Amino acid sequence: MRFGKTLCTASVLAIAAAGAATAGSHMTTITIATVNNGDMVRMQGLADEFNKEYPDIALEWVTLEENVLRQRVTQDITAGGGQFDVMTIGTYEVPIWGKQGWLVALDDMPEDWDADDFLPAISSGLTVDGTLYAAPFYGESSMVMYRTDLMEQAGLEMPDAPTWEFITKAAEAMTDKENEVYGICLRGKAGWGENMAFLTAMSNSFGARWFDENWTPQFDTEEWATTLNTYLDVMNNYGPPGASTNGFNENLSLFQQGKCGMWIDATVAASFVTNPDDSTVADKVGFALAPDAGNGKRSNWLWAWSLAIPSGTDAEDAAKTFVAWATGKGYTELVAQNEGWANVPPGTRKSLYENEEYLEAAPFAEMTLNSINEADPKNPTVDPVPYTGIQFVAIPEFSGFATQVGQEFSAALAGQQSAEEALEKAQALVSDEMEAAGY
Amino acid sequence: MARSVTTRRKIINTALAWSIGLLIFFPILWTILTSFKTEATAIANPPQFFFFDWTLENYAVVQERSNYARFLWNSIIIAGGSTILGIIIAIPAAWSMAFVPSKRTKDILLWMLSTKMLPAVGVLYPLYLIFIELGLLDTRIGLTIVLMLVNLPIIVWMLYTYFREIPGEILEAARMDGASLRSEILYVLTPMAVPGIASTLLLNFILAWNEAFWTLNLTAAKAAPLTAFIASYSSPEGLFYAKLSAASTMAIAPILILGWFSQKQLVRGLTFGAVK
Amino acid sequence: MATQHSRSAARLMMAPAVILLLGWMLVPLTMTLYFSFKKYLPLRGGDLGWAGFDNYVRFVTSSAFWPSVQATLVIVGGVLLITVALGIVLALLLDQPMWGQGVVRILVIAPFFVMPTVSALVWKNMFMDPVNGLFAHLWAFFGAQPIEWLSQASLASIILIVSWQWLPFATLILLTAIQSLDSEQLEASEMDGAPPLSRFMWIILPHLARAITIVVLIQTIFLLSIFAEIFVTTGGAFGSRTLTYLIYQRVLESLNVGLGSAGGIYAVILANIIAIFLMRIVGKNLDA
Repeated sequence: MRFGKTLCTASVLAIAAAGAATAGSHMTTITIATVNNGDMVRMQGLADEFNKEYPDIALEWVTLEENVLRQRVTQDITAGGGQFDVMTIGTYEVPIWGKQGWLVALDDMPEDWDADDFLPAISSGLTVDGTLYAAPFYGESSMVMYRTDLMEQAGLEMPDAPTWEFITKAAEAMTDKENEVYGICLRGKAGWGENMAFLTAMSNSFGARWFDENWTPQFDTEEWATTLNTYLDVMNNYGPPGASTNGFNENLSLFQQGKCGMWIDATVAASFVTNPDDSTVADKVGFALAPDAGNGKRSNWLWAWSLAIPSGTDAEDAAKTFVAWATGKGYTELVAQNEGWANVPPGTRKSLYENEEYLEAAPFAEMTLNSINEADPKNPTVDPVPYTGIQFVAIPEFSGFATQVGQEFSAALAGQQSAEEALEKAQALVSDEMEAAGY
Repeated sequence: MARSVTTRRKIINTALAWSIGLLIFFPILWTILTSFKTEATAIANPPQFFFFDWTLENYAVVQERSNYARFLWNSIIIAGGSTILGIIIAIPAAWSMAFVPSKRTKDILLWMLSTKMLPAVGVLYPLYLIFIELGLLDTRIGLTIVLMLVNLPIIVWMLYTYFREIPGEILEAARMDGASLRSEILYVLTPMAVPGIASTLLLNFILAWNEAFWTLNLTAAKAAPLTAFIASYSSPEGLFYAKLSAASTMAIAPILILGWFSQKQLVRGLTFGAVK
Repeated sequence: MATQHSRSAARLMMAPAVILLLGWMLVPLTMTLYFSFKKYLPLRGGDLGWAGFDNYVRFVTSSAFWPSVQATLVIVGGVLLITVALGIVLALLLDQPMWGQGVVRILVIAPFFVMPTVSALVWKNMFMDPVNGLFAHLWAFFGAQPIEWLSQASLASIILIVSWQWLPFATLILLTAIQSLDSEQLEASEMDGAPPLSRFMWIILPHLARAITIVVLIQTIFLLSIFAEIFVTTGGAFGSRTLTYLIYQRVLESLNVGLGSAGGIYAVILANIIAIFLMRIVGKNLDA
């Protein structure tokens, strides 16, 4: 009967279509997993230029939101799925994955790629036992971004290297809740790469640390209590509503809309907040180093979104060609030509900070470089620690338990528990996880 | 049939139903409207409803950034393939449950449904390893099979309830005439059940289209459907409401239109045996 | 009517579906069981040997376990309550004569077509955002302090989003059931002067029992495993971490496959308890 036949034919067709692979040509196809951040989207937009130069390499893009991306690539590399030829990963993953032998060493890259040109602070974080395992695409530290007009109105002057005391005072003076202007915007959204990145970096300036030399968690210390109380105090009094769900992106759009007096976050944000196309306050932004508390350490972090090649890829050469193109000096110039110097990916190469044109176009360049140079992943805080990493602890378990600690701190910011309760839970939870991991 | 009511009552009913309907529909309407705004207008306070400068800019940006057609095609193939495959496997099973019931029929039916309660997250890692072994990662065929299995219980149940409404005597008669089992199902039962099969098809197409866990976790580039397309717009840097709305509209429009055109079948079919 | 011959044919015809589902259930389940007794940490080199019941003990004794079971039950229960109650009201309303019934029905069923990811993103950003969301504007318009939906009322927000998605489904099934109600019976009771409430209680509601059961059963199956709505909105923070989400955190965020697998087994047990419970009710109602 007709219907049955149609049904069968349709299903055969569907299966055939589903099974049909893309017709093979001599092209090498590489699949690139990347974050949907502005700089990466720009890179994707410039892919045509890459294809002009290398017509036999086809690029497949998998652009995902940061959390989804991180989960997908981690799952793929640990299980050996081999779905990606180039992965966008950060300073946290590279040392761990490099040590496991999951990444292709980048030691035979072309001469003109000039690996020595990378900022030492950045490339040291991507190096394991003297071998570079990922190419930095853009690097960042964190710093204070503030509204010069509001600061003036408040009758204050932002020093180049402010203290937390000054930040609190300025936040109070700038807050005008009637007009939806909040003195300070900070991350509150739970996640090891969200609020915990900020809070861990902040805690360093108060002399706190995640673990002592024996890997004992330190959330029961005075230093952590001071850190969290200072944070909660300034956010509850002068922060925007709903801060406990604000991450980088949410704060960026608040700042661009002119709703934040100060914002302490990634240096890459500087080019977004000073871009007149997106920002209503583009010409009223000043920059300063991340604050300190008189302990000799500042609360700035260090991060580099980097391109890495998983070992076992079937297109290693093509992947290297792409990585060299995207992180080379030529790419910087390409972006400069197409989008202007202010939009080139910052924070990776010394030569960029010697380029007059860039320094002129990017008022934030000097502060970015200073912040990056100020960071020391080996000695992140006042007391010695057994780990590397400023806003993270470079051990595999960190991303898991730090996110849970982040949820406790986020709940404290939302007023659902006190700082003491949050710290107590954090201590219990991290001790438990560390014991499970066998420290 | 029609119950007589006063005009006044009808007016009240109409007003009430329309307000509730619009309220429920509002989030979708708002998303569609926002997709035609600039990013600045999208967050304006007071919110702008109809009188703003309509722009197609967001659609242009989304189209430029991602290959919408490929995501759409993958969604169609995967949702369509899994549904059709599922129906082919389910028809015989549903037939035997409906017309040759045994003591265990209902248990089997409920057991089938219970497989849907297994937490997908718990088996993701094992399944990922199996997919690597079989080379099914990022293939449409792999995803088609998984979604077929995920929805099979629902398909079996729906078909079962439709088949049960068909009087057994007709089949008996066909059998008396010497029809084989195969032709009985193919030529007698299936045509009578076409409306039921159509609505099963429709409902499961929608469920497969909207499935967001497996589709996201078992694909990368080649087989990624619209759920992955959305994941690249979910929280980028800077203002994004308008672009997110445009991408959302593009992701839900095909299924929304399909659903609206075929809502009669869907409504008629959505009984799950709830009505006798 | 069934002969011996047709019985075996029936069994044969059921086989493909049963075997496929059995495989779909058993293969991953066996692997999960296997992993749950292993110390399996992909980031530490993978399989680190047998762990006995360590994973099981650790998963239940973790402070996050019972709150997550509770959150799961609250979300499932809350959504069921809202969709069934509002579904009945809506179905009764849509059954009344009115102008433009078809259009209203289209409006009401629309949310069912929206992907969970999309609806979660839209609600989170465009409605519940405490600064730029529509609710915040609305609250501010009336001079109230905007609610921080996702942090201060995380469970309620998620229930709201999920209910919005499932209300159409409940409404449609209940509407079909109401339409099948014998209108003469209703009219007769109207003539008798039975007040609307008692008419609802004694005629309509019993008639709907079967439909309600179906709605509860089907929705529970889908609601137990909701994931996207939580992943997108709160990421499990503020007490909205369900059992499913807790397992996700163990397996994919902490990359402790052994521990997560043990959690998976607990989730299977919970699902089965609920399934048995449900099937008792459904089984009774389906026999009718």
